[in-house]
Amino acid sequence: MASAPHIVVIGGGSTGAGITRDLAMRGLDVTLLEQGNLTHGTTGRMHGLLHSGGRYAVSDQASAKECIEENRVLRDIASHCVEMTGGLFVKRPEDSEEYFQEKLEGCKDCDIPTEVLSAEEAREIEPHLAGDIEKAISVPDGAVDPFRLVVANAASAQEHGARIETHSTVTDLLVEDGEVVGVEVEHASGSGVRVHGTEGGTEELRADYVVNATGAWAGRIGELAGVDIEVRPSKGVMTIMNTRQVDTVINRCRPKGDADIVVPHETTCILGTTDEEVDDPEDYPEEGWEVDLMIETLSELIPMLEDARTIRSFWGVRPLYEPPDVGSDDPTDITRDYFLLDHDERDDLGGMTSIVGGKFTTYRMMGEEISDHVCAQFGIDAECRTAEEPLPGSEDFSVLRDYMDEFGLRSPIGRRSVERLGSRADDVLDVSGPNPTVCACEGVTRAEVQDAISQSGSDLNAVRIRTRASMGNCQGGFCCHRLANELHGEHDEPTARAAWDELLQERWKGQRHALWGEQLSQAMLNYALHATTQNRDHDPADGEHEVEFAAFDSGAPDAGPEGKAGTGRADSGIDGSDAVADGGHERGD
Amino acid sequence: MEATPSPTGGTSVAIDSDVLVIGGGIAGLTATLAAARAGADVRLVSYKQSTLRNASGLIDILGYLPDSDGPVVDPYAAIPDLPSEHPYRIVGTDTVEEAMALFDDAAANYRGGHTDANALLPTHGGTIKPTARYPASASAGLASDERDVLLVGFEAMTDFDAPRAASHLAAADVPFEVRGVTIRFPGDLRADAKVTRYAKLLDTDGTVTVRGRDRPVREALAERVNPHLEGEERVGFPAVLGDDAAGAVREALAERLGAAVFEVPMGPPSLPGLRLEDALFDALDAAGARFETGNPVVGFDGDGEIEQVYVEKNGAEIPYAADEYVLATGGLVGKGIESERDEVYEPIFGCHIAQPDDRYAWSEHDAFGDHEFARFGVQADAELRPTDAADDVAYENLRAAGSVLGGYDFAAEKSGSGVSIATGYAAGRSAAARVR
Repeated sequence: MASAPHIVVIGGGSTGAGITRDLAMRGLDVTLLEQGNLTHGTTGRMHGLLHSGGRYAVSDQASAKECIEENRVLRDIASHCVEMTGGLFVKRPEDSEEYFQEKLEGCKDCDIPTEVLSAEEAREIEPHLAGDIEKAISVPDGAVDPFRLVVANAASAQEHGARIETHSTVTDLLVEDGEVVGVEVEHASGSGVRVHGTEGGTEELRADYVVNATGAWAGRIGELAGVDIEVRPSKGVMTIMNTRQVDTVINRCRPKGDADIVVPHETTCILGTTDEEVDDPEDYPEEGWEVDLMIETLSELIPMLEDARTIRSFWGVRPLYEPPDVGSDDPTDITRDYFLLDHDERDDLGGMTSIVGGKFTTYRMMGEEISDHVCAQFGIDAECRTAEEPLPGSEDFSVLRDYMDEFGLRSPIGRRSVERLGSRADDVLDVSGPNPTVCACEGVTRAEVQDAISQSGSDLNAVRIRTRASMGNCQGGFCCHRLANELHGEHDEPTARAAWDELLQERWKGQRHALWGEQLSQAMLNYALHATTQNRDHDPADGEHEVEFAAFDSGAPDAGPEGKAGTGRADSGIDGSDAVADGGHERGD
Repeated sequence: MEATPSPTGGTSVAIDSDVLVIGGGIAGLTATLAAARAGADVRLVSYKQSTLRNASGLIDILGYLPDSDGPVVDPYAAIPDLPSEHPYRIVGTDTVEEAMALFDDAAANYRGGHTDANALLPTHGGTIKPTARYPASASAGLASDERDVLLVGFEAMTDFDAPRAASHLAAADVPFEVRGVTIRFPGDLRADAKVTRYAKLLDTDGTVTVRGRDRPVREALAERVNPHLEGEERVGFPAVLGDDAAGAVREALAERLGAAVFEVPMGPPSLPGLRLEDALFDALDAAGARFETGNPVVGFDGDGEIEQVYVEKNGAEIPYAADEYVLATGGLVGKGIESERDEVYEPIFGCHIAQPDDRYAWSEHDAFGDHEFARFGVQADAELRPTDAADDVAYENLRAAGSVLGGYDFAAEKSGSGVSIATGYAAGRSAAARVR
């Protein structure tokens, strides 16, 4: 091969990042373009379930089989992103016995290991399950951190030579002679990592092939080249609790329905979800009744949820797709399977394939299939290695225990750092100088924050998804300004200020769906800390109104030692002569 | 008089006083002090530690009017421009001034009373904010003072980044040169040491080891800062400079630095806030008021008039009776106002709180939007007695003070402490007047 073909992958979710890694590992020259941060679309807005396949074992066995297969792969290659919590399908008295048996049979058909538990046995595992549940089926469900997983895929792709561009929106597809030959992309802040205030620009990227992995946004990319891609975006709400009421994934054992799953995720639990078709993946109603529905329905399984504290809610849109001739009315009937749409075969438009539908759990398998397809275009016969090669951070998970000792990890903070970083812990945490906690809710230290900053420029939301900083109970009330402080040095003050505002606003958005009880108190405290204590709502530095300093109190005329008297530097000789040698350490920046 | 707990409640003899104040924040403390100084036999009961640990320790009266751009210069002069339901309008400007005089008398370590004009102070975020009174420890930091400033931050203290704060202040066009420097605090405090740990070490001028030598910490700290001074006449540190001996700590540092020393107020846990709390409790002691903390008020008897309230102690409900009651339990943060998914309520007496039915109307899309929730609270008549939905007085002998009152957004206005002091004073005074 004279030179490797250049492939542009559009979409920085799990699918796009997975494809990029796969192609880069096969030696292709790949550029990934994402309009926001990595995981900006659906991947960053899911419940974090690593499917065992159990949920599809009755209705969609093809998907179920793919799930259990990939579940096993991810436990292996992405161990630092996965927590094998196990899962239960719980039957309440009003749920059908027939369906319970179908579920059990379906799991067997799909090679999903199961065990039937009595109500007592289930409550031994999860004591907060309702007193009147009848029984449960255990399955190997797990929890996965989608942010960490996608970041690790992108990092691995970069190691294999890929170029990753976030905050880069594809504004046009370049079509010549009925073939896609590249894209026009608008970088919000120049190419490379995002830095606030950096001037953006437009770039024309020639490509030998384009992969549209934009999920619910696939139709928009298609439109740029005049092809129809009938994605049917379907929204679902997820409500985050302040703590882990359960440590096992809890599914309701009944046919498809709203509000039937609780996933323990890091320090929280995520309640989900709904399934409602929307027209526009970026503009749809987010309504309080959906949140209420989660709490009320799931309280039937776990009664304590009724009065528990939620810290925010968010909505995601599934990129559902079905071939136009199927015509399901109800989005819950649409298959969760994925489809590879070769636009050459389908629309007489060469040079581009879209991948639509599918699930987070099977992202790697989708990546493999489309990478095979892309390689076939160029007659490249390179083997897929993504099922065997661990992701960065998961190379040697056994080292975890050593790190726990090395970094004084008797403390819960250190333990959490290492769990997040996996085999990268050594590189990240081995810093000179003090390593104070920046985000106390999630136990994120300066070293982790600085590591994330080095990967993501001045974008504090990108730091957030890498570290979980500001994702705990206080939702950034206590740490947004600290994160801005951490940016300073590498970045100047106006940049840090812009990033601070942006993070605060992003954190506020999801909290609006949790504003009652404790979280409303928290919101008032956060508002007071930022508006009262720091005056960020009227900050004169933001420059709307010039302050006439002379009109304000400049100190009492007889203020004594603190005031105007006692000025002038005393040459008292006690100014220690060894002070310099003593080394007042400035932070190295 | 000692009361005995009664399992049935209400039959035992109640603990009795003229005025019973519920809530130990600035409003409750001020109400208690005002009532005691007016000669009433007054008792304060408070459930939790007050929210003062969350407060910067600055005493704001009014920094911004709704819909105005710039900071208010003279807060008293701006009060008539507030909406009529605002607590300041209810008590009147004269009462606000009297209340501040009481505060100035009680909090000897506070400055700013020499002028009606607001002061502008640097915050730990690097912004400046208007306030009416400030601790002596912050007084050399005024932004209208034209002396140059060196801000000093500590490497392990994530809340305050001195170089960023300095640049931020410069961006606000302060009338002086300002630089920031980050040093390592001498000795080997843990990376996550609490502010009280720093303060204690400085209070006692404890020994730290620097390059193998044992040194008193104040001296060692000054020596870390000295090489960075370039003739600045004032040096600002995060607010950790001592607790009991704060004045002596600043003096020792000022002498060694040859510059005035000030503290930049910080977020929670706030040492200046805790110092203020101590000062106000001392003033209560001196005025002969009784107070007890740690037990919640959980119920009451009375219809149209409060007969007695019940304080929960070790699982028993103890009756406390008074002629007059002051409700100073705080707002959403202090839990004087609570909420559920479909309702906002005042948990002790069930006082009426005006609220939109739809909880999404409680807040705005923007983080600093015009949030309805920030104004949640009870509404009151001219004597600060909570009123019901029909504007009738709920209980003849109950007054409300501080952030349990609604109708103002203290965070946007920078009026929290001032409203608490003014309404606490007014409620305490009028409760005492009724008793006599």
